Amino acid sequence: MSPTEHDPTDSEVSTRPPRPSSNLLNQGSDAGPSSTPDLSPQDLSSSKQEPARPTRSLSTRGTSASKRPGRFLASELRLIIGRRRNQAGLLVLAAVPIIMAIAGAVWGSSGRGADLMSLAQGNGVLVPLAALGVEIAMFLPLAIAMLSGDAIAGEANQGTLRYLLTVPVGRTRILAVKYLSLCIGALIGVGTIVVAGLIAGGLLFGLGPLTTLSGTQLDLGNTVMRLLVGVAYLTCALGAIAAVGLFVSTLTEQPIAATIAVMIFVIVCTILGAIEQLAWLHPWLITSHLMAFADVLRDPLPLDNMLRGLGIFASYAVVFWLSAWARFTTKDITN
Amino acid sequence: MSEQPALAVATHGLTKTFGAQVVVDNLDLVVPYGAVYGFLGPNGSGKTTTIRMILGLIEPTAGDRELLGHDRPIAALPRIGALVEGPAFHPYLSGRANLVRLDAVDATADPRTTRRRVDAALDRVGLMAAAAKTYRQYSLGMRQRLAIAAALLAPRDLLVLDEPTNGLDPQGTREVRNLIASLAADGATVVVSSHLLSEIEQICSHLGVISAGTMVAQGSVEEIRARQQTTAVVHTADPEQAARVLSEQGLTQIESGRDTARGVADDDHPPEQLVAALVAAGVGVRGFALERPSLEDLFVELTGEGFDVAH
Ligand SMILES: Nc1ncnc2c1ncn2[C@@H]1O[C@H](COP(=O)(O)OP(=O)(O)O)[C@@H](O)[C@H]1O
Ligand SMILES: [Mg+2]
Repeated sequence: MSPTEHDPTDSEVSTRPPRPSSNLLNQGSDAGPSSTPDLSPQDLSSSKQEPARPTRSLSTRGTSASKRPGRFLASELRLIIGRRRNQAGLLVLAAVPIIMAIAGAVWGSSGRGADLMSLAQGNGVLVPLAALGVEIAMFLPLAIAMLSGDAIAGEANQGTLRYLLTVPVGRTRILAVKYLSLCIGALIGVGTIVVAGLIAGGLLFGLGPLTTLSGTQLDLGNTVMRLLVGVAYLTCALGAIAAVGLFVSTLTEQPIAATIAVMIFVIVCTILGAIEQLAWLHPWLITSHLMAFADVLRDPLPLDNMLRGLGIFASYAVVFWLSAWARFTTKDITN
Repeated sequence: MSEQPALAVATHGLTKTFGAQVVVDNLDLVVPYGAVYGFLGPNGSGKTTTIRMILGLIEPTAGDRELLGHDRPIAALPRIGALVEGPAFHPYLSGRANLVRLDAVDATADPRTTRRRVDAALDRVGLMAAAAKTYRQYSLGMRQRLAIAAALLAPRDLLVLDEPTNGLDPQGTREVRNLIASLAADGATVVVSSHLLSEIEQICSHLGVISAGTMVAQGSVEEIRARQQTTAVVHTADPEQAARVLSEQGLTQIESGRDTARGVADDDHPPEQLVAALVAAGVGVRGFALERPSLEDLFVELTGEGFDVAH
């Protein structure tokens, strides 16, 4: 266990080192630290025969500070959202439902009928769901892979990690806040697609009561609820990928390497999921459970597929988060 | 306990190996409270590695460390301002935003005073005018200043500054020196590393000289100076006679040249006594001097000279 993994507590912050009492008494009569900055070494060494103990108190810190535990998280989110590359990535995510809606409006149904986009022409509410189905395979995991590359490896690469650690921020706290911000990043990504899809779909096709795949009709409130369930489910899926990414991010100091490694993980899982002989493995792959979100289009809402998926996501999240923790809390920070 | 002077930083047998290479070898750092401790050594001698261990960035292979009375670095870190191996900030944030970021992650910092403290730190290093520029646009000197400002964001009892004058022009070097002196005057203990003695010599009360991971000299500047031999040099027309007198006075390593005689003196030989003895023995003294090698000479002697890095 590293001695660096606990956050300092208030009491530790305000505790003074034991002061030898003789030293304290001497301090008044003996020369304290000189106040002239331009001293020759001789002057300094003689005036420091009885080195004065620090006179300033830290009582203004910690104890009286109004605790804002969310400050680190807020700062982290500002960092993520403020980054141009991430803003561009968000635009790409938002462009997909818009392009799909326009394509559907201009060129009409593909004629094969049953796909979501064909259905969406009757109801704009389906555009975000169709876009999520397209983007969850590649774009969204890529977005998470990029953010998780920045999370630890990026800070290590820049050198800012060592200054976080000397603030100090406990290593466990860094991991927790970084992971939370990745999950919020995932939510922002998924949410952006849904909002862009609703706007594009609404403008081009109008928003109406949803006809489910089971043939029943849902009112608008129920439809929104279904959308939120889909958003939450996919955010959890991305949260599992983010845990993998966080772990990879603690292994390297190259953010790109971490990003590529996460994408390889996702692609390999997708390939394994396509090999029929490996059917026994499929339930254990994150990627096999991604499309379960489309169940929100059935009525009554079948939960079993999504619950199975959530179980797998949670397992990945726990295993990889703990791996990241074991790695990061014992890692030498040498750059 | 009250017999031992309390130390701001103490390490015992601190050792770090990277693979087969012993980078820091059994180091006993002794930094008293109130000291300005110059941590000197050539490039690659292990200064940064030692500082990383002190700050808990890397775990020692062996040995332990005590910081401001704590043996876990993280417990002492809120009261420590640190600069390690050069500045590092988010390139697309302004200097000010970078400091605000560091303050935001500090669980012990009071958000109500962030603005004031950030401004004060920027002001102290002379970066106010460039506070709104992105870090990317900063020159190396400005980056170094920002890193020092970050170390000053909160009141500190100990500052650990790894090569703070790296990349600064002579004017900037002088400013950093004055800054360190004024921080020390405020009561902070300062550990400042450098590979150039001349850059920090003027402000240090204590020195630790490290070479290839091993401490080769440590103590107050006075102690280290005192360890150096003082040579008495007599200019005279009669060097043989002068040499005899110096020898009688108990000086050692007597040499006589064409018109000088010299011998190694210690504290028992005040110059006035030597001159009086010379004159009494009829030596015509034309000149008398006590010569002591500079710290620079000592530093070079201890760590070797030349451009080769240690490993
Ligand atoms: N992460 C590391 N892995 C291997 N060797 C290292 C590492 N960090 C430093 N070293 C080696 O340790 C020695 C001391 O480095 P450092 O502490 O940076 O010296 P200094 O700060 O005195 O210039 C160098 O030889 C360097 O190559
Ligand atoms: Mg160094």
